[in-house]
Amino acid sequence: MVIGILGVQGAVREHQEMLHALGVKTIIVKSAADLDGIDGLILPGGESTTIRRLIDRYGLLDVLRGQIDTLPMFGTCAGMILLANELSEGPAHLRAIPMTVKRNAFGRQVDSFETSLIVEGVGQDIEAVFIRAPFVEHVGEGVRVLAAIGTAAVAVETDLHLACSFHPELTSDRRLHDYFIQKIRQRTAVSV
Amino acid sequence: MMERQQGSNRVKRGMAEMQKGGVIMDVVNAEQAKIAEAAGAVAVMALERVPSDIRRDGGVARMADPLITEDVLQAVSIPVMAKCRIGHIVEARVLESLGVDFIDESEVLTPADEEYHLLKSAFTVPFVCGARDLGEAARRIAEGAAMIRTKGEPGTGNVVEAVRHMRKIQAQLQQILHSQPDELMTRSKEWGASYEVLQQIQAGGRLPVVNFAAGGIATPADAALMMHLGADGVFVGSGIFKSEHPERVAKAIVEAVTYKDDFERIAHLSRGLGTAMKGIDVTSMPFEERMAPRGW
Repeated sequence: MVIGILGVQGAVREHQEMLHALGVKTIIVKSAADLDGIDGLILPGGESTTIRRLIDRYGLLDVLRGQIDTLPMFGTCAGMILLANELSEGPAHLRAIPMTVKRNAFGRQVDSFETSLIVEGVGQDIEAVFIRAPFVEHVGEGVRVLAAIGTAAVAVETDLHLACSFHPELTSDRRLHDYFIQKIRQRTAVSV
Repeated sequence: MMERQQGSNRVKRGMAEMQKGGVIMDVVNAEQAKIAEAAGAVAVMALERVPSDIRRDGGVARMADPLITEDVLQAVSIPVMAKCRIGHIVEARVLESLGVDFIDESEVLTPADEEYHLLKSAFTVPFVCGARDLGEAARRIAEGAAMIRTKGEPGTGNVVEAVRHMRKIQAQLQQILHSQPDELMTRSKEWGASYEVLQQIQAGGRLPVVNFAAGGIATPADAALMMHLGADGVFVGSGIFKSEHPERVAKAIVEAVTYKDDFERIAHLSRGLGTAMKGIDVTSMPFEERMAPRGW
């Protein structure tokens, strides 16, 4: 199995190290050709505004949009924003998951925090670091909420994709990455 | 409701991790901030004067007027950083109260304290500090800095000092990684480096915080050079808005950082960029005019 990590900006290395620790090969995706032959794609944390501008400028937007019905994607923080099909402010990006996401929903950096969460199907006491994090205001059909803080969904999935508001890649807790890998494996097993 | 912990090391250092592979640009008003954001900056540094103007004007350089910082905070959705003077506890608290996302305790401004730096661990907001070597970096990290940048020589448009500082830090990091545990205390003593931070470096195989390049970066090639030398990202100060075509220079620097190994691309985006900032030869600069030696 090879999982790509979108590598235009952000916490790319942390995802890479986590996947390597789980025995998965990785490729850093910086151009359309890098998407060939990958089994899944991670959209890392970073600055979503910056990442969007860069994927536009570097000709990756249409290529990525062309893969949203077939390639499993896992977005963390900025990656969740990229996957939403609607944002509470401004135009959406990849439109891969039917949900409305609010950016910087918990406030500015001084409001950033860490906590532990129960993530359904993944585990209890999941270490969760929220940095200028978004949350999901509303989910559409086919989207399951896996974790919430109050009324705000902070981890969701569809049959194909996974997204969370926080940064598992900044912790030593590999369970969400492992969950994404299992999702890819199950899907491959079904299609074979 | 589970407990929320704010201002932890992981939350502060994590914020800096999200800036990796990015360019942080100095801006003096909302209009420049919007240009920087549109060019793909990961954050902006709001200040009253860019370093080259601080040099030209002389006098005491202080925290920017809160009106400027507030305007910039309103203008963009990317993170906003701001500078306080070294050791100026109240400027730092004022910036924190304004809601800035990161504070630069910066030698570019006139130091308020010539003996002590801020105890940055006492704040909820994260800090970035300049360093010329690993000892200085380790002292700042031990005080609570969540990000390190090379000092370079700001406002000169001359990358030579940033290169010197990055080379020095990388060489010293290698030295620590190849040291025996029983050698660390002597390195700590020689370099004035926190022993605990040296232990963290050895255990983690790298600095415990991200390390950006700053101070004299003026062209796309300069920015890519710093990435080649091991920087996690770059700060560009006077280099953008003191150039002939700020928007184009800003975009080109961002692209050069993402594609630091694609030299044809860097050649392409460097073409016809117009006059870069004029720059100053650091070696001809009197010692008392240098900013990098500020900090202790």
